[in-house]
Amino acid sequence: MATQTPTPVSTAADAVEPAAGRLPRWAPWACFAGAAAVAAGLELLGDFNIALFVVYAVVLGTLALYLASRVTEGRRKATDRLVTAVVTSAFGIAMVPLVALVWEVVGRGIVRFDGEFFGSSLVGIIGEGGGAYHAIFGTLIITALTTLISVPIGLMTAIYLVEYARGRLKRAITFFVDVMTGIPSIVAGLFAYALFVLFFGPGVRLGIMGAVALSVLMIPVVVRSAEEVLKLVPNELREAAYALGVPKWRTIVKVVIPTAIAGLGTGVTLAIARVVGETAPLLVTVGITNATNFDPFDGRMATLPVYAYYQLTQPGVPPEYAIDRAWTAALLLIMLVMGLNVVARLISRFFAPKTGR
Amino acid sequence: MNLGTKTRAATLSLALAGTLALAACGAANEESDAAEGGTAGGGEAGEQLSGTLVGAGASSQQAAMQGWTAAYSSVQPDVTVNYDPVGSGGGREQFVAGGTDFAGSDAYLDEEELTAAEERCAGDGQVFELPNYIAPIAVVHNVEGVDSLNLPPEVVAGIFAQQITNWNDPAIAEANPDVQLPDLPITPVNRSDESGTTENFAEYLAAAAPDVWTYEVSGDWPVPGGEAGQGTSGVVQAVGAGNGTIGYADPSQAGDLGIAAIGVGEEFVQPTPEAAAAVVENSERVEGRGEYDYAIDIRRDTTESGNYPIVQVSYHIGCVTYDEQETADLVADFMGFVVSEEGQQAAADAAGSAPISDTLREQARTAIDAINAG
Amino acid sequence: MTATRTPSPPGPTRPVRRLGDRVFAGSARGAGILILVILAGVAAFLVAEAVPAITAPAEEIPGGEGLTAYIAPLVFGTLLAALIALVVATPLAVAIALFITHFAPRRLAQGLGYLVDLLAAIPSIVYGFWGISWLAPKMVPFYRWLEDNLGFIPFFAGPTSATGRTMLTAGLVLAIMILPIISAISREVFLQVPTLHKEAALALGATRWEMIKMAVIPYGKSGIIGGSMLGLGRALGETLAVTLVLSVSGGITFNLISSGNPATIAANIALQFPESTGIAVNTLIASGLALFVITLVVNMLARWIVNRRADFSGAN
Repeated sequence: MATQTPTPVSTAADAVEPAAGRLPRWAPWACFAGAAAVAAGLELLGDFNIALFVVYAVVLGTLALYLASRVTEGRRKATDRLVTAVVTSAFGIAMVPLVALVWEVVGRGIVRFDGEFFGSSLVGIIGEGGGAYHAIFGTLIITALTTLISVPIGLMTAIYLVEYARGRLKRAITFFVDVMTGIPSIVAGLFAYALFVLFFGPGVRLGIMGAVALSVLMIPVVVRSAEEVLKLVPNELREAAYALGVPKWRTIVKVVIPTAIAGLGTGVTLAIARVVGETAPLLVTVGITNATNFDPFDGRMATLPVYAYYQLTQPGVPPEYAIDRAWTAALLLIMLVMGLNVVARLISRFFAPKTGR
Repeated sequence: MNLGTKTRAATLSLALAGTLALAACGAANEESDAAEGGTAGGGEAGEQLSGTLVGAGASSQQAAMQGWTAAYSSVQPDVTVNYDPVGSGGGREQFVAGGTDFAGSDAYLDEEELTAAEERCAGDGQVFELPNYIAPIAVVHNVEGVDSLNLPPEVVAGIFAQQITNWNDPAIAEANPDVQLPDLPITPVNRSDESGTTENFAEYLAAAAPDVWTYEVSGDWPVPGGEAGQGTSGVVQAVGAGNGTIGYADPSQAGDLGIAAIGVGEEFVQPTPEAAAAVVENSERVEGRGEYDYAIDIRRDTTESGNYPIVQVSYHIGCVTYDEQETADLVADFMGFVVSEEGQQAAADAAGSAPISDTLREQARTAIDAINAG
Repeated sequence: MTATRTPSPPGPTRPVRRLGDRVFAGSARGAGILILVILAGVAAFLVAEAVPAITAPAEEIPGGEGLTAYIAPLVFGTLLAALIALVVATPLAVAIALFITHFAPRRLAQGLGYLVDLLAAIPSIVYGFWGISWLAPKMVPFYRWLEDNLGFIPFFAGPTSATGRTMLTAGLVLAIMILPIISAISREVFLQVPTLHKEAALALGATRWEMIKMAVIPYGKSGIIGGSMLGLGRALGETLAVTLVLSVSGGITFNLISSGNPATIAANIALQFPESTGIAVNTLIASGLALFVITLVVNMLARWIVNRRADFSGAN
């Protein structure tokens, strides 16, 4: 893994060292192809293992390229090539989990990706069949409530920070919003639990508790993104409005926000994407149920992440059906989050104010 | 340009709203339940009831409760039974506070809770506690070349306390003269989450092998250093994935894993439903409680033939006298279904529990018949 | 309203103060202050619910040995998992940031950046799913090899877990999860390196790597440190991935590849909370309070380091 090359180079003496030869452009490809062949040979001696094969090929190829370059181009060029190879493989390493994860989740989740999964809950389901209807709606309701709480607070705070705030209070709010982005999600859940326990007694589980917990996580994200966007609105626009005698608040509502609306939409969508997959706070505040519950102020609700968690860890007998449902729920979660990301990009592309004059 | 933006925004939100409206037509499998307020049909066998029954408590019997409620809905389609798996302690707490009609609990009410429950219930404040859910806990193992295994209590305790660390240990060999035991380290697997299974297993170890098992009994596994799995499925998975592993889990979920016979007196007993029900039947009732209070202390150290002492029992706790006739009828009818052969079979199918014996059923019936309102 | 200072926006743009203006400004200010109140509320409510556990006699706390004995191994596990994640993720993230900013073809760079950011979009629980079903079993042969060849190092003493659900696996999953955070922030500072510095280095005949070493890394150092601390804060509080992946059975140990591992605070809460009542809940909330304090300190430190760079826009 990421081998930091400590080779000290770059002294004045090195800089004047005349460049010897130059490796042809195809040299790196040749090195890696050769290394792959050798690695394949090595692998054929033992059991074939795709991971080891790739590791051998990359390590050998890098080494070969380094040596070839060292001989023809000198030490400094060789180090440069080595670093290029290392940095590129670092990126490759990061892609392994992404590809493997998507592959695994899609492969196992597709099994139950059917109408019944979207159309029925778990009431009266033993073993085969059943779905996540109740959990899908739980997630939609709780996420909508969270958005309803977070967006006004977050947006107003951002407006305050950009348009009004000055001095210590501004610095304090900016700093603590940053700090708030780092609150662990489970702590947000415990906070909501501790808050509601004071009024409803121990063991309380409500949909609204989940929305409060998620809001703690979502508000700072909304503030940060809205602040960035509002800062981008040109000051000339504000000044023009003031010059026409428009009050400041109407300037903000009628000029600043409409100008920034695309960015705000993108920010809010990304913030929703951030909280929609949160599991831990919902685990301790909303719990799980088998039946559909549309009322966030009355009792437990199922939500997709918690549903996936319980279906996987407490599948009942026989376990395979529940585990299939768990993977489908995980697939649906990924699709939701990625879909929201795509929507965010679309918003910023299609609703952005036209800049062409 | 501005107009264009607005139109697009409107289209987008309209499309979103449309999708939501389309989807919001109710879960396919819940639609029959949605028909509420149906008048009592009568006519057919038994009385047709309607209403909602609310219970909360142990998650151990949640799967069984799912079986019960699913089967019960075909008998009484207008009755909705809600069971909230908040955990045993939470279930007792909510029942005592009057929030639920009955509780499911892995442990019976303690003195303090009993006094409080007597105040909650109407009439003379009697409560019923029925051991309606019996689940044997199997000692499952995965050792290459070993299919059957006999384990005396001290050996089970020694293995899980990590004092016996190799499969060829003489203590194991002594109990299994016909088995070729490999030279393989033992990996004990325990539950990583707080659970009644762990508590009952530890209780058994402490009672049956007090010299070896000196840890405090609780829902948390006390011995550090073993492999841990989350939930029964996690344990089964961990045992299955390794070689030389041993764990404790529901026999119904054990799959291909070997199930050890446990030493009881002179013989070795498999965790069959009959053996599990037998030990519950032969256990003593806790003294000094009400007439219909069937709280028992399981005889973990039993030496009686055909009894399997590692069982988990979950109670249904409710009032003998309720404030309202409707609640009393519902509780009595539902409990009657739960203890019936049909009900116990439904639980066995859904959760792999052991059906209760006829003797236990008779006991339960006397309590259920006494349920009234006043 | 507790605040008494009235903002006085100076300058010629100051509009006439009307009712609408006062209401709007007031509510904006109220929202800002509400955020401070929420943060204080998080601390206050956690403390309020933790107090019963703090004042309870030692034998009533789960485990029977008091709150400190209960929380200590959890804190240890939390720090250990997060440190592994940090050690693995930081060099990798910096390398990725360098690749995207300086090595990848210009036209592809932005797209490749999105790919890395996508890692941040995947929910924690899905990482947990993937961790147990894909990563953990694949790590077992590697752990066997470590035990056989490097067993003399206490970290790899073994015996190797048969399922691969070890502290090291949990740390690796966390590393993948914090990778995009560190790399995003590093990327941003690397892009801010003044072109003049870079061109000067190149003009002196430096190779690309020498230019990076001379101009980019020194300039971006504080960004890298701040970014990794933000990643650390994230790793400390990550819940579900660890809950699912780690095989937890108490005890403080540095052995990273065996099956007995200390839990992390967050994972322990997720495992125990649904079934807990009474003082056990208060104990869990007390442990959550400890986690809150730890992450708060780490994050404040991180923000302080990052913010020392003027107008840095802090991606997360």
